[in-house]
Amino acid sequence: MTAPSPAPASGSASASPGRRLLGHRLFWPAVILVALLLINPVFTDGFFRVELKDGHLYGSLIDIVRFGAPLILVALGMTLVIATRGIDLSVGSVVAISGALACLRISDLGDQNSAGGVLAAAGVALALSVALGAWNGLLVAGVGVQPIIATLILMVAGRGLAQLITDGQIITVNSAPYKLIGGGYWLTLPFGIVIVLAVLALTAFLTRRLALGLLIESVGGNAEASRLAGIGARGVILTVYTFCALCAGIAGLMISSNVSSADGNNAGLWIELDAILAVVIGGTPLSGGRFSLGGTVLGALIIQTLTTTIYSIGVPPETTLLFKALVVTVVCLVQSPAFRAKVFHRRRRPAGASPVAEEKVGVSA
Amino acid sequence: MTVATVPGRKARVPRRYVPVLVTAALFLAMFAAGGIRYEGFATGQIILNVFIDNAFLLVVAVGMTFVILAGGIDLSVGSVVALSTMVAATLLKQGWSPWPVMMLVLLIGAVLGLGMGAIIHYFEIQPFIVTLAGMFLARGLCYTIGARSIPVDDPVFTAFAQTRIDLGADMWISPGVVVAAAVVVAAAYTLHHTRLGRNVYATGGNEQSALLMGLPVARTKIAVYTISGFCSALGGLVLSFYMLSGYGLHAVGMELDAIGAVVIGGTLLTGGSGYLFGTVLGVLVLGLIQTIISFEGTLSSWWTRILIGLLLFVFILMQRLITARRR
Repeated sequence: MTAPSPAPASGSASASPGRRLLGHRLFWPAVILVALLLINPVFTDGFFRVELKDGHLYGSLIDIVRFGAPLILVALGMTLVIATRGIDLSVGSVVAISGALACLRISDLGDQNSAGGVLAAAGVALALSVALGAWNGLLVAGVGVQPIIATLILMVAGRGLAQLITDGQIITVNSAPYKLIGGGYWLTLPFGIVIVLAVLALTAFLTRRLALGLLIESVGGNAEASRLAGIGARGVILTVYTFCALCAGIAGLMISSNVSSADGNNAGLWIELDAILAVVIGGTPLSGGRFSLGGTVLGALIIQTLTTTIYSIGVPPETTLLFKALVVTVVCLVQSPAFRAKVFHRRRRPAGASPVAEEKVGVSA
Repeated sequence: MTVATVPGRKARVPRRYVPVLVTAALFLAMFAAGGIRYEGFATGQIILNVFIDNAFLLVVAVGMTFVILAGGIDLSVGSVVALSTMVAATLLKQGWSPWPVMMLVLLIGAVLGLGMGAIIHYFEIQPFIVTLAGMFLARGLCYTIGARSIPVDDPVFTAFAQTRIDLGADMWISPGVVVAAAVVVAAAYTLHHTRLGRNVYATGGNEQSALLMGLPVARTKIAVYTISGFCSALGGLVLSFYMLSGYGLHAVGMELDAIGAVVIGGTLLTGGSGYLFGTVLGVLVLGLIQTIISFEGTLSSWWTRILIGLLLFVFILMQRLITARRR
């Protein structure tokens, strides 16, 4: 994003503009995205064409953003969590719970098309999501459980909760205002994209214009040191988990609204993994301490484009997982200092003394 | 790791046994409650049925115990199980004889584990993300082999599936249980009586110290992932005896059950402390929850997930308290 990173990329400080572009954090994700996009026109005619029909924008590019919108949202929340050295595995369950609760409330309405009723249903669903996020945050910050494990609880129990809410059924709703959230249009744009832009702008403002981003990065960099420096690490951690669940809740509304039904079993399945993948591809390290919102958006778009591309090439869609495995491995290897040292280091500095890796202090009670 | 008795208390139970004892007490309480509540529950066959239905989970959880004791985590187990059933079913269909198929499946699992372990150790990438990639890879390979369920009709596999081993007194077990029991015994011996086992505990307790003590940390870390991969493949074979089919959607979410069983069995997720016997108890508790829910009849299946989540919460809280007091 715009603000300077506290941990500057090595070697980019005094480099020429060309090298600075190459060394920019978002350079490689952007190249991958463009490359993926360029493959598509070979298989799909008029891939880059964006049309205006009945005051609505249509086109493959718009579709990629529209179908990727829930993933972008979840990944945004995940970015902040990962920036504090945490991880949130429960987002998929929160997606399912939020969609299930909203659809249940709407199906109980006398008039499913009343805007007030739909707003109230969405509000209740989001409130529950926030409560679930606060629960995760309390476990991590208050009790001091490892993030993977703390959120594993809700990941396991959450699917059960979602099915409890829907009573094991797929709840179908027929509500025009609710359909708007995931499938409607507003000012020529799909409404989902509008929501994503709003959340992205809000997040970027909160983290890059206010001090929150700095606090998050300092907690992720060294929780103990930032506590000693007077930063309320627990409050920050609680905030990011709550925010992450809220994003997942909104994504849950979108997903269920897009298909006008709630499926406690399959809604948001594997979205936590895709979100983590998007964050990692976007250049936010899993070790925390810095994050890139723009990178995350790029990462989520890459994943969505990958899915679209695989469909349009005609490869069986099941092999998407293989490509993802490949992408994760390559991205993680390139990000790993140990890998770079072992593979590239020898050629550049044959006899250089390797710097001692600094041990980070985790949040500990 | 140290025998830390609680001073000034009457009950002198070493603290390291507390989680396992709690799990054992929970299991007995659940069994007693079930016995009082439902007719025909309190029989030995009920427990044996839990073993029969969860033999594959037990095998996988044993591998997971090694990884978690060494301070890691393995998310790929469910997918490797599915891949094993898929490879076995496909090769059998093409006319391979069953024994080479089994050998090959076990080899694939071990090699996958070895690869992940090597990447985790040598490139210092978090186990979480590496095994996540492994999970995608194995699941993707399943779907690449085929999207449909493939039946197994090989005589050796069906014999494994249908043989009943009588234990007398109207009780019986399946060959899968024998395999699982053998794995448990071998793993318990390895963990508690061999050098590799002690290295696993030392690495999980404090990797830095283990390294400074001159222990082969690299070999140990790679070994536990290899063991986990091998156990997953073996679990996959046991599952294909049980299901008599290979399918890319087998064992979805099984990594959570395996991690859950290990945690409920009292193994610390930070590594270095826990017992294999605890994992066996953990699998029994998970299996008994399902049995009780099916006996209850009116409860829906999703209560299983909610109860497992609740149990996980209680045990993780207990772990926190124990580790906090130890300091």
